Amino acid sequence: MTDNPSRRRALQCMAFGGAGTLFTLSGGVLTPVALAQGAADKAPGVPLFLQISDTHIGFNKDANPDVPGTLKETIALVNAMKTRPALTIHTGDITHLSKAAEFDTANQLLMGLKAGELHTVPGEHDVTDGMGTEYFGRFGKASDNRGYYSFDHQGVHFIGLVNVMNFKPNGLGGFGADQLAWLKADLAARSSSTPIVVFAHMPMWTIQESWGWGTGDAEEALSYLRRFGSVTVLNGHIHQIVQKVEGNITFHTARSTAYPQPQAGQGDGPGPLKVPADQLPHMLGITSIRLQRHHLSLSDTTLA
Amino acid sequence: MHSLKHAFAYPLAMLLFVASASAADSNTIIIKKFMFNPMDVTVAAGTDVTWENQDGEPHTVVSLTNDFRSQALDEKDKFTHRFDKPGTYKYLCSIHPKMVGTITVVAK
Ligand SMILES: [Cu+2]
Repeated sequence: MTDNPSRRRALQCMAFGGAGTLFTLSGGVLTPVALAQGAADKAPGVPLFLQISDTHIGFNKDANPDVPGTLKETIALVNAMKTRPALTIHTGDITHLSKAAEFDTANQLLMGLKAGELHTVPGEHDVTDGMGTEYFGRFGKASDNRGYYSFDHQGVHFIGLVNVMNFKPNGLGGFGADQLAWLKADLAARSSSTPIVVFAHMPMWTIQESWGWGTGDAEEALSYLRRFGSVTVLNGHIHQIVQKVEGNITFHTARSTAYPQPQAGQGDGPGPLKVPADQLPHMLGITSIRLQRHHLSLSDTTLA
Repeated sequence: MHSLKHAFAYPLAMLLFVASASAADSNTIIIKKFMFNPMDVTVAAGTDVTWENQDGEPHTVVSLTNDFRSQALDEKDKFTHRFDKPGTYKYLCSIHPKMVGTITVVAK
């Protein structure tokens, strides 16, 4: 920390600091509120939805030999909440290797989640079979097999986007022209006062270029979103919380329920990070999002 | 109908051909630390090229021109493709598109 830290920097430090920091979004500025264990239940506002990410079913290396186990713990944590949201968003990498058996296990476990309707977008690990046959066979219905789609819930407009199927060599994630045209049309008729939640697997801002932690054509998507008074962009992919606020747009990445990854640029690449077993539950978790009037507040909860 | 003698002789000849080709011209690309190593490989037409992943993170081998595509390769998994036609074949990892490589196939 510097001697005179900016407000934003202080927020970032708190976010990295870990377990259960509640952020109240007010006019595009996040205000941190101290959050004791389990206080998500006492937080003001309506529980709107839950974000779960990077479950990586099929992973079995040292960084977490029991990935189904930590997903079960996550689900138990959510099911124990007093007020549960009406929908859950999975921001991708449901599986590790896109295998049918991995999807089946993930599906079976996620069905135990008592947090409403499950919405998903694919991660790059979910579509290594090229066309995404296994993913779309199970999760394609909501989007008519395009992967990207939108819906409304409690006055909030939700948009799921796919940025893992349009990769260019040496590039970042990408939406592609068709999806951007769809997004522009989807937003065109909406009032700027509608709160917007955008969810996609890869971060929609560049966190680490050399690791592909970003989306090459995100700027085009963001240009359609800037006129809205409240935009929350939720991503996964990097297995840790990183966030920033830019105008009325709040960007936030979620933890994984499977294994952590190194901080941007530290080490050989964006692979699994092995930490001592007692530290692992502190690095896995979920994000809850509550609605207060027209503002969304985010809180991150870890397994321990 | 093929005669019994013919049906027997044909697979044996194939077997001998495959064995000698892979022994003479096999090429292995190691995937390690999020790189294809070597990145650029030149082989004679008819060569089998094998990729082996030595990272704890899965990778894929995906042709930019849809000529070949591996499944997700977990640690120690291998993928082999035979390059029969001369040309330049660029590929990437569909999980980490920063990872790219080229196979140049020359006429025998
Ligand atoms: Cu890769």
